[in-house]
Amino acid sequence: MAVSALVETVLNNTIMYSTPLILGALGGVVSERAGVVNIALEGLMTIGAFAAAVTTIFVGEQLGLSGLAPWAGLLAAMLCGVLFSLPHAVASIHFKADQVVSGVALNFLAAGFSIFMVKRLFNGSAQTTTVQFPFNKITIPGLTDVPVIGKGIFSSYPTSYIAFLLVFVFWLILYKTPFGLRLRAIGEHPRAADTLGVNVYNYRYIAVMISGALAGLGGAGMSIAITGVFQQNTISGHGFMALAAMIFGKWHPVGAMGAALFFGFATALAASGQVLGLTKYVPSELLNMLPYLLTILALAGVVGKAEAPAADGKPYEKGQR
Amino acid sequence: MDKTMRPFQAFTVPVVAVVLGLVVGAVLMLILGYNPFNGYVAMFQGIFGSLYNIGETLRMVTPLIFTGLAVAFAFRTGLFNIGVEGQFMIGQLAALYVGIMWKLPTGIHAAVALLAAMIAGGLWAAIAGFLKARMRIHEVITTIMLNYIALYTSNYVISHFLKSETERSKDILPTASLKAPLLSVMFDNARIHWGILISLLFAVIAYWLLFKTVLGYELRAVGFNPHAAEYAGMNVSRNIVLSMAISGMIAAAGGACETLGVYGYMSIAAGFSGIGFDGIAVALIGANNPFGVILSALLFGGLTYGSNNMQMVENIPTEIIRVVMALIIFFVAAGGFVKWLLGVFRRRQEVQK
Repeated sequence: MAVSALVETVLNNTIMYSTPLILGALGGVVSERAGVVNIALEGLMTIGAFAAAVTTIFVGEQLGLSGLAPWAGLLAAMLCGVLFSLPHAVASIHFKADQVVSGVALNFLAAGFSIFMVKRLFNGSAQTTTVQFPFNKITIPGLTDVPVIGKGIFSSYPTSYIAFLLVFVFWLILYKTPFGLRLRAIGEHPRAADTLGVNVYNYRYIAVMISGALAGLGGAGMSIAITGVFQQNTISGHGFMALAAMIFGKWHPVGAMGAALFFGFATALAASGQVLGLTKYVPSELLNMLPYLLTILALAGVVGKAEAPAADGKPYEKGQR
Repeated sequence: MDKTMRPFQAFTVPVVAVVLGLVVGAVLMLILGYNPFNGYVAMFQGIFGSLYNIGETLRMVTPLIFTGLAVAFAFRTGLFNIGVEGQFMIGQLAALYVGIMWKLPTGIHAAVALLAAMIAGGLWAAIAGFLKARMRIHEVITTIMLNYIALYTSNYVISHFLKSETERSKDILPTASLKAPLLSVMFDNARIHWGILISLLFAVIAYWLLFKTVLGYELRAVGFNPHAAEYAGMNVSRNIVLSMAISGMIAAAGGACETLGVYGYMSIAAGFSGIGFDGIAVALIGANNPFGVILSALLFGGLTYGSNNMQMVENIPTEIIRVVMALIIFFVAAGGFVKWLLGVFRRRQEVQK
């Protein structure tokens, strides 16, 4: 394999593998910036992957809207992500629940509910049928002619383009708008924000719902772009990886994207290693381990202390000192 | 009224949560066209229906006590150990290695294998503790990463050193077994093993360590407020590493008991078993108290095992029980909701009087 072809493959896979993580981690950033811990990313992504797969299959095969089907799937994933984030929001904002506990509950709920529904909808089978009209890679004419990186980057799934766009959008929102400023203030010092007339509860609800939508999108990116099916292990662990990417990226949209890309890169390396026949020299288990090992090493070597928003995970009670 | 409620609350909230969870589960079954009454009857028969079922339920409960304890111990000291899954696996692996490769007399062999597992799991978890203490790297990230590394490490060791003809390891030598023929016969040949007694012993030790020793006091103090603990002259870094290590040892002991007591081998796994992640839920419902963990592990293991019978007899997917468990965790977490509900209930009673 020529070097340029190798670079192309690795780049392309990097973007593919990192997309669900970028979206999930971005969801985590928005929620935790407003002070609500989101261990539930795993569950929200599971629900997104489930809703997207089922909707795409239904819209594509029953209604016959082949091209529109995955887009309907994306929409359903976002909606269901928002809906499923609500119990976490109500429990942690309204009933002052321990946010970690409520997040864990949501993960359980999503895993149980999605497979339960799949078994009901697909005659007892633990996985959906293969999505007949998944997202296909979109090639951007002109840009693919850029030497070396062109074909690697500009021939990706629509979800990948959406992910990168959303990172930029949320960076703008969080750091360049009054809304973002208030959101971050609530994550750092809710009492101060409250004193200035910001409705802490409303903002937190909105933040958690946005994180549900984003994580839902991330899950959809997994089921209707990458795997083409939904089953029990479609998301297994990716939500936790997204959580790690969020912390690694220091609760910043661009940082989280960087961490997710790094992780996708290591995964892509491992995958290409097998194609290239590297497994003759290095055990495949070691290649599979690589992304996780590299993450720890990178954290130990490059990135220093990561500090969460000051009020992250703390329920806010009006009038309490 | 507040005063009379307090001693009850420790029990009322979880009990009400369990009842509410089962009720909502029943409503869900009704909506989806199942008969919840028959469903729950099948489930309870699956748990208590025969001595064999009770024995198997206890087998199911055993690893959950260990993983729940491990998570709870770390939580009490301010650490969120998501790595129990990996530590459990490392424990299985170490016990397996000793169980296959070493030759020792009956009983001693099992004890040595258990000890090896605890050392391996303790060291494994200590990596995350060290990275947190020294480099300030969040333990949530490192333990997640270490889970995957443990998965691939055990696959590597099994396939290169311990492999049988099929996609699993060889069997451990009979001398290393933790099978308990005595218990097993009592429960109609269920696969219950010595692990259940070991897990109870661990719960007692964990309680004693946390609440009755100076070390436990220090560990909890560091978790509660590291700055204050530092100011009081405690060695914060050492305590973080130590509490991760102890948590990992408990998890690994669970893995060892599972391998030595139930299967006697380990498969080359494509993914996680989930027992470690379930431990997070068990710890949380058990309010991070070692004895609470035993109760919530009984609840969890019971519901999980009983749900199989529900699927077999009534054709209701086992996942409905996962949903019920999730609801229970929610209701426990949102204790405020349960108290509010009880308050409404009580006020209505008073009006009726």
